[in-house]
Amino acid sequence: MKKIKWSKTTGKNTMTYGLVILAYVVLQLFGAAGLMSSSLKGMLIPICAYVAMAISLNLTVGVLGELSLGHAGFMSVGAFCGTSTAILLQNAVPSAPLRLAISLVMGALFAAVVGFLIGIPVLRLRGDYLAIVTLAFGEIIKSIFNNLYLGVDSHGLHVSLLSDRTNLAEGGSLIIGGPMGIGGIQKIATFTAGFVLIMVTLVVVFNLVNSRAGRAIMAIRDNRIAAESIGLNITKYKMMAFVTSAALAGAAGALFAMNYSTVVANKFDFNTSILVLVFVVLGGQGNMLGSIIAAAALTILPEALREYADYRMLVYAIILILVMLATNNPTLKSWLDRLKSGRRKAKEAI
Amino acid sequence: MFPKLVPVPSKNMIPERDIDKPLVLECINLGITFGGLQAVENLDLAMGQTEITGLIGPNGAGKTTVFNLLTKVYQPTTGTILLNGKDIQGMDTAHVNREGIARTFQNIRLFSDLTVEENVKVGMDAQMHYNMLSSLLRLPGYWKEEKAAHERALELLSIFNMADLAGVKAGSLPYGAQRRLEIIRALATNPRLLLLDEPAAGMNPSETAELMENIRKIRDTFQIAILLIEHDMNLVMNICEGICVLNFGRVIAKGTPSEIQANPAVIEAYLGKKKEA
Ligand SMILES: Nc1ncnc2c1ncn2[C@@H]1O[C@H](COP(=O)(O)OP(=O)(O)OP(=O)(O)O)[C@@H](O)[C@H]1O
Ligand SMILES: [Mg+2]
Repeated sequence: MKKIKWSKTTGKNTMTYGLVILAYVVLQLFGAAGLMSSSLKGMLIPICAYVAMAISLNLTVGVLGELSLGHAGFMSVGAFCGTSTAILLQNAVPSAPLRLAISLVMGALFAAVVGFLIGIPVLRLRGDYLAIVTLAFGEIIKSIFNNLYLGVDSHGLHVSLLSDRTNLAEGGSLIIGGPMGIGGIQKIATFTAGFVLIMVTLVVVFNLVNSRAGRAIMAIRDNRIAAESIGLNITKYKMMAFVTSAALAGAAGALFAMNYSTVVANKFDFNTSILVLVFVVLGGQGNMLGSIIAAAALTILPEALREYADYRMLVYAIILILVMLATNNPTLKSWLDRLKSGRRKAKEAI
Repeated sequence: MFPKLVPVPSKNMIPERDIDKPLVLECINLGITFGGLQAVENLDLAMGQTEITGLIGPNGAGKTTVFNLLTKVYQPTTGTILLNGKDIQGMDTAHVNREGIARTFQNIRLFSDLTVEENVKVGMDAQMHYNMLSSLLRLPGYWKEEKAAHERALELLSIFNMADLAGVKAGSLPYGAQRRLEIIRALATNPRLLLLDEPAAGMNPSETAELMENIRKIRDTFQIAILLIEHDMNLVMNICEGICVLNFGRVIAKGTPSEIQANPAVIEAYLGKKKEA
């Protein structure tokens, strides 16, 4: 009896890659044919960033099974470190795509380090406690960037906290200006870069999940005591998922920031964390395709509802509630399950 | 049928054990108190390398607590546990597993959202070595070890004829199959000592008979020791070479199945009572 290698997950992952590529191609064609409204065009990069954010948070929430309410904190680390890198490299690396790539990697690296440091205390906690502490860390990161001054001059980098005491030499320039954030950013982010970021994020998440580490992470989620009993190093695997998730959010944050001319810490507050969490919950925990669709749809929706101006947020909220009800309705769920198993049986019969 | 059993002078109270086999487990004066409750007290137990030993006693006697002590789910308040002569004090549950003790749970604890095959493969984690980079870039090391793990998982599953369930979610298995999968997952960690907590619970007589055969088969093929908690006396008396009876946390008897069956204290505390019920 030869078993088919094409498992259900592989099929679903391939479909996810395929749909992302298809969406990219279609949108590029629309753009080239001039069929895209300028407001949609302006939203493409934020959509990509939010999609990557949602996928990365789904790694923590859906795969690791821990509720994180501070994901925007990692996005902000990526945004600030990434844009700072881009500004510092402006002359050294003339090629914009290369500079962007380096900046995203730097954003991811810094976010990973911050994720590791936060993970040490946070991953010892469970459930609600963990959620609350991640919320606190998200706010702490925001406060730090609101009070961080970073300048560069002929002597190198100068950092100061709370007030600007960078004491830059003649010809030096301030990169991060506390609550003013970073200004004068070159908008080097492109839709194609966003697409590549989403694809890389997907590859990282899928390949991690489909490996010994992914199995261990999900095992810990499903039953911690049993996971310990088979010798899994709980701390190591939790940390691996958390840090990976943080790094991916960092890259997304860097891309997001380089679509604007300024970036301020208050953009990445608790509301942003919750927004991304909404994408994940709506799309389904552990369901990356769901996260992608939810993030894209819910980022476009407020814009699409612009004509209804005053009722915009009301309609948005109602749609959210309806979707939530629909996706969690047991009758609907069992009906969908039956539909799926029916199809599978039909396939097996062939 | 039974391996050669000879009496050994030992401060451990097990009267007989196979002298050809070195000890895999030795507990000395093991005990734990919860608040005021002495759940296990003064337990001495020794197991040879391929022995099957039964741990029996009435409900609440402290049997599962012994397993939790051996696997460091609880820290003993008194006593020593030696695994292959090595003191496991200071090790945590995961470490103890890597040193050689694997277990199943009385209330089944599978990874219910993972497939049957994944449940087994995750047990092999300590024997796999490829790193995160290999998995992200799908380097040859990843494919090689994953292929080996896949084959090993199917091989282990075939012990219980479960290979064709490999792709099924563990949570959707019937009860008996879940118990069998827990045993296979424990075996996947390559233990030297397997602890089975009521493996026959909820199984029908034919499933139990099959389980009995399989426990023997596991011992013979893997050459490991098995410590077994079970209320099914037929199973215990048939496959255990030595039996230890607990009552209120204390050992009230140790011996071969026939000795235990004839022991008045055991009949009084456990066996006799069972017939009344
Ligand atoms: N974590 C704990 N805290 C307090 N008391 C406990 C704890 N674990 C077990 N006990 C108590 O220790 C005693 C022994 O429990 P244990 O589960 O070991 O019994 P058992 O022999 O496995 O019984 P059964 O045959 O019903 O499984 C019981 O009185 C139980 O209430
Ligand atoms: Mg018990």
